[in-house]
Amino acid sequence: MSAPDGLLTYGDEQQKRVGFFTDTSVCIGCKACEVACKEWNLIPADGNTWTGESYDNTSALGANTWRHVAFIEQDKPVRTDQDGGTALRSRLEAPADEPSAPGPEDRGAPSTALRWLMESDVCKHCTHAACLDVCPTGALFRTEFGTVVVQQDICNGCGYCVPACPFGVLDKRHLAPAPDLPAFAKEDGRVWKCTLCYDRLKGGHEPACAKACPTKSIQFGPLDELREHADARLAKLTDDGWNGAQLYGRDPEDGVGGFGAFFLLLDEPEVYGLPPDPVVTTRDLPEMWTNMLAAAGALVVGVAATFVGRRS
Amino acid sequence: MSENGFRSYYGRPILKEPTWTWEIPTYFFTGGVAGASAVLSTTAQLTGNEKLARTALYIGAAADLVSPALLISDLGRPERFLHMLRVVKVTSPMNIGSWVLLVSGGASNTAAALELVGRLKPVKLLAEGVSTLAGPLLATYTGVLVADTAVPVWHEARRELPWIFGASAAASAGAAASMFVHPRDAGPARRLAVAGVLAEGALMQVMERRLGTIGEVYRQGEAGTFSRAAKGLATAGAALLATRGRKSRGAAVLGGALVCAGELSLRWAVFKAGKQSARDPKYVVESQRQRIERDGTKATTKR
Repeated sequence: MSAPDGLLTYGDEQQKRVGFFTDTSVCIGCKACEVACKEWNLIPADGNTWTGESYDNTSALGANTWRHVAFIEQDKPVRTDQDGGTALRSRLEAPADEPSAPGPEDRGAPSTALRWLMESDVCKHCTHAACLDVCPTGALFRTEFGTVVVQQDICNGCGYCVPACPFGVLDKRHLAPAPDLPAFAKEDGRVWKCTLCYDRLKGGHEPACAKACPTKSIQFGPLDELREHADARLAKLTDDGWNGAQLYGRDPEDGVGGFGAFFLLLDEPEVYGLPPDPVVTTRDLPEMWTNMLAAAGALVVGVAATFVGRRS
Repeated sequence: MSENGFRSYYGRPILKEPTWTWEIPTYFFTGGVAGASAVLSTTAQLTGNEKLARTALYIGAAADLVSPALLISDLGRPERFLHMLRVVKVTSPMNIGSWVLLVSGGASNTAAALELVGRLKPVKLLAEGVSTLAGPLLATYTGVLVADTAVPVWHEARRELPWIFGASAAASAGAAASMFVHPRDAGPARRLAVAGVLAEGALMQVMERRLGTIGEVYRQGEAGTFSRAAKGLATAGAALLATRGRKSRGAAVLGGALVCAGELSLRWAVFKAGKQSARDPKYVVESQRQRIERDGTKATTKR
């Protein structure tokens, strides 16, 4: 397993890389993770909006939402060997003395398939983290556990990590200023995101969301062990015919070098609001710097060229 | 599933929109003016055009003073601006840019102050040399700054953006000098303005063509408005400078102002295009799906 950027600099203090495996196939949408996260990390309330989007009223990860439960209602069978629950329904509705009721197709009934997907999203703690790379102050750093954390006493709210993250995890917190701030300071102004409960890890505890999860949908542990669990789980779900089962962010060869917090999904990533093929933007940075030096050189040549010839 | 075939989570954005406010595109402009003016000033001095050299030096120094003020004002915690300089980090274009701006601004303002008081000529020459080296970096690094994000319309234009920003910087530095130097001495500045506008127009065409669907934001909404304004203003200004700028002081001032307004609009067009590109999940999904069809993906693992 390739070590995440920066982890090896810890030497003797380096710990086993830990993370989350979020298995959405057992998520029941209780939002205990959202609540536990807010409580433990003292994340401020940021209003209440009724979105009408299934049971989701937090909508996205952000400065004040570090776990977000997505709800998707789909006209799609849960299992590939099912016709969308209609077979089951017709069996249940059939009179007891008529064991072989005709299938729905025979009756021309419309499909009543519905499945409800739930997924607790979180910062991915990327192996190659764009937010950490682009942070100009060093406020974002790699911890000894291989996670990515913002040092709130260093962050100056430049906002560069916000569009750099391929998952839209980080955002600036916009809340009224604390009374002891200088008059010219705006709001909170800093960037916030999941710390994978760095304080709890230091004390030997698991993160609050994993602790609160009643179904073990959120599993916390050493990343290599989680990957093994996930592989076994994917094999089982696939053998059982679950529709669309796939791991997301498990492969260390992906565009961000594998997620520290990865997922088992039941549909394509974009259905959950996740990018289908995220890439760390700084992968292309050496090429960008070279290209910029060429452009800078061309600027000098261009200016010099305007002085050639006519004198006017 | 939307009508054009891509799926999303209730149409919500996948990326977060850049939180930067008006100061940032304005800084892209002033940083460009500062960087290219330093080169213009030194080249004018080397060719014996003292008047153009002095004016470009002052313009560059002024732009170098405004630039950090704009950047500090945009910070969520302005009082912590010096945190930018607690590390040197080549993976962060904003960190490198802060150092470049510090060096460039320090050098150009030292040179301008010494020019003003007419003392310490060797130090002034040294400062000018430093700002001439830092200037072209200052004028182009902002292209890398925006390209080094996950925003599709910025990242996918990473080849063109530093060149576009460099051309735009050249145009605005030339235009600014044309406004304040007598037309007799402003020939190189006018030519720089016109050449910059032409180069930037061609490069924008190349960029928009290569971007394909992702580039459509440059024709829509606020980015579209700024983009059209940039083309109109810069073209009109360049035409005026080229045809009447040599004979008429008034035409030189108006032409220079139009080109500057056009270049400022161009920076706003790029800025707004990035916001629009981040806001609509289709740009993220469609560009990544195309890449998956071409190269496959390791992001998902199926059995």
